Amino acid sequence: MSVDATPAGRSRKRTAPNLVPYVFLAPAVVLFTLVLLVPIGYTAYLSFRKVKVSGLGLGKGSRKEIFAGLDNYQATFTDPELWAGALRVLGYGAILLPAMLLSALLFALLLDAPRTRFARFGRIAIFLPYAVPSVVASLLWGFLYLPAVSPLHYVLERFGVEGPDLLGQGSIVGALANIGVWGGVGFNMIVIYTSLRAIPRELFESARIDGCSEWQIAWRIKIPLVTPALIMTTVFSLIATLQVFTEPTTLAPMTNSLSSTWTPLMKIYRDAFVRNDLYSAAATSIVIAGITLILSFGFLRAVQNRAFGSEDQ
Amino acid sequence: MSTALATDRSVSTHKHPPARPQKQRRTSVLGTAALMLGALYCLTPVAWVVIAATKSRDDLFDTLTFMPGTSLFENIHDLTTYRGGMFWEWTANTAFYAGAGAFLSAVLSGLTGYTLAKYRFRGRNVIFNILLAGVLVPAVTLAIPQYLLMAKVGLTDSYWSVLLPSIVSPYGMYLARIYAAAAIPDSLIEAARTDGASDVRIFSMIALPIMRPGLVTVFLFQFVAIWNNFLLAFVMLSDDHKFPLTVGLYTLLRQGNTTPALYTLVITGSLLSILPLAALFLTLQRYWRIDLLSGATKG
Repeated sequence: MSVDATPAGRSRKRTAPNLVPYVFLAPAVVLFTLVLLVPIGYTAYLSFRKVKVSGLGLGKGSRKEIFAGLDNYQATFTDPELWAGALRVLGYGAILLPAMLLSALLFALLLDAPRTRFARFGRIAIFLPYAVPSVVASLLWGFLYLPAVSPLHYVLERFGVEGPDLLGQGSIVGALANIGVWGGVGFNMIVIYTSLRAIPRELFESARIDGCSEWQIAWRIKIPLVTPALIMTTVFSLIATLQVFTEPTTLAPMTNSLSSTWTPLMKIYRDAFVRNDLYSAAATSIVIAGITLILSFGFLRAVQNRAFGSEDQ
Repeated sequence: MSTALATDRSVSTHKHPPARPQKQRRTSVLGTAALMLGALYCLTPVAWVVIAATKSRDDLFDTLTFMPGTSLFENIHDLTTYRGGMFWEWTANTAFYAGAGAFLSAVLSGLTGYTLAKYRFRGRNVIFNILLAGVLVPAVTLAIPQYLLMAKVGLTDSYWSVLLPSIVSPYGMYLARIYAAAAIPDSLIEAARTDGASDVRIFSMIALPIMRPGLVTVFLFQFVAIWNNFLLAFVMLSDDHKFPLTVGLYTLLRQGNTTPALYTLVITGSLLSILPLAALFLTLQRYWRIDLLSGATKG
């Protein structure tokens, strides 16, 4: 598939390695190193440091950065606030991921089914939220949850029923998951749908001739054939879910149910920028990045790495 | 290898469904209803913001949710004059971050993907695998490490602090590599070499034009990602003249908590911030080749 790096004219033995590919890759390697590798390395370094305050902590030289060993990690793992946040994210993901991915699959199958009408309109309408920044999405839903504005409350009040507090302690996880579903279902639907369109149509025709119903075709032929797309959408949704930050941060001014450490990433932000404790923020960042990697790699391994096989193996 | 080639068919079928053997099948009422329910769910908040942006401050909380008001232009005027046109500064900043960032990202992805696909050299697989791992590194978790580093070199609160991290898109490079491998015939490169064309010339005059549709897709995805990004700018910037729309609207909302008059501005601003992307979607539909994303997985 690939061209030999040596110019085609010279077919004798290579004397010096061709530098061209290295020059071409240099910008990417330099930038990748600067914005990914070095920050990760620096954060790992910081996570093993702490500040030692001598005397009253006033004046120059009284605050010194020293090696901390695993202190920051120990603090991270024994922090009840962080675990509570992790648990909330788990609950959030348990609602968001199945609801979003299953409805994305359902809509994709409906778009692909020959008997569905208005498919083009449905496709554009459901994809539209992808164009809405998650800050704005949270803001829109936040207003729709407010009793003074919400159409749900308006209707319920007409019937003399008091509307539920959608931003209260009991329903905030669901309210946030709903924003996630709304923002993500269209994109995932399109990924699955496009993958469905790539299946040869003849396959369905012969199944129909054999008397298969549309549901059987969907279940027995379509879903197995789009498994790679399902795996990929699951991995990316999983990564996004574990890092949830924008939606609860945006909703926080509208409700008392969202503390500043509601999700692990919010806690990192609070530690780093409100408390100026970079060291424990660094340790927590490393732990969360590690857990995310383990989960996404683990998921890929569990499904036999079918999603990211390099194409020329 | 059928990836990018199969895509043309799947794209064109959006517009021209293949002729069906039995002329018109019965409509599936249940299926159509489910799809329309999904469409309704997705359109409701958008419809709400369009209507709410037409309401005056008093009407917002007092009239029926979906009853339009008459104050749209007044609201836009208020938004425009808010702190001397701050909203439009945010819009310009967002356009700059997203436009420049996505353009540089597409060029970088193109060069990197082409090199990884069409050259064979020591270290190729190592570099490719590290890039691939970059796809899985949680980008958002990186924002705080990136801040720490930017702070170290004194670049926080600058345009660079938001732009630089936006340029690197491991996924864009990955897509560009797949696209280059499938779309550029080796024979073309060899022929150009025989004719004495330099590597730079081959890339810029031959490879780049062929890869253009794929790179436009990379550009669009990156454009949306930067336009919608919140955390990176939220972490890096404190000067509100450099804010993108997302961070600007967030600060307005937070102030709205104490000054409810700002809610109307937030809502009008939200509507205006969605319009450019929605327009981009509808006009460039044929470039939204998400099939690249899913095609990439077929191996």
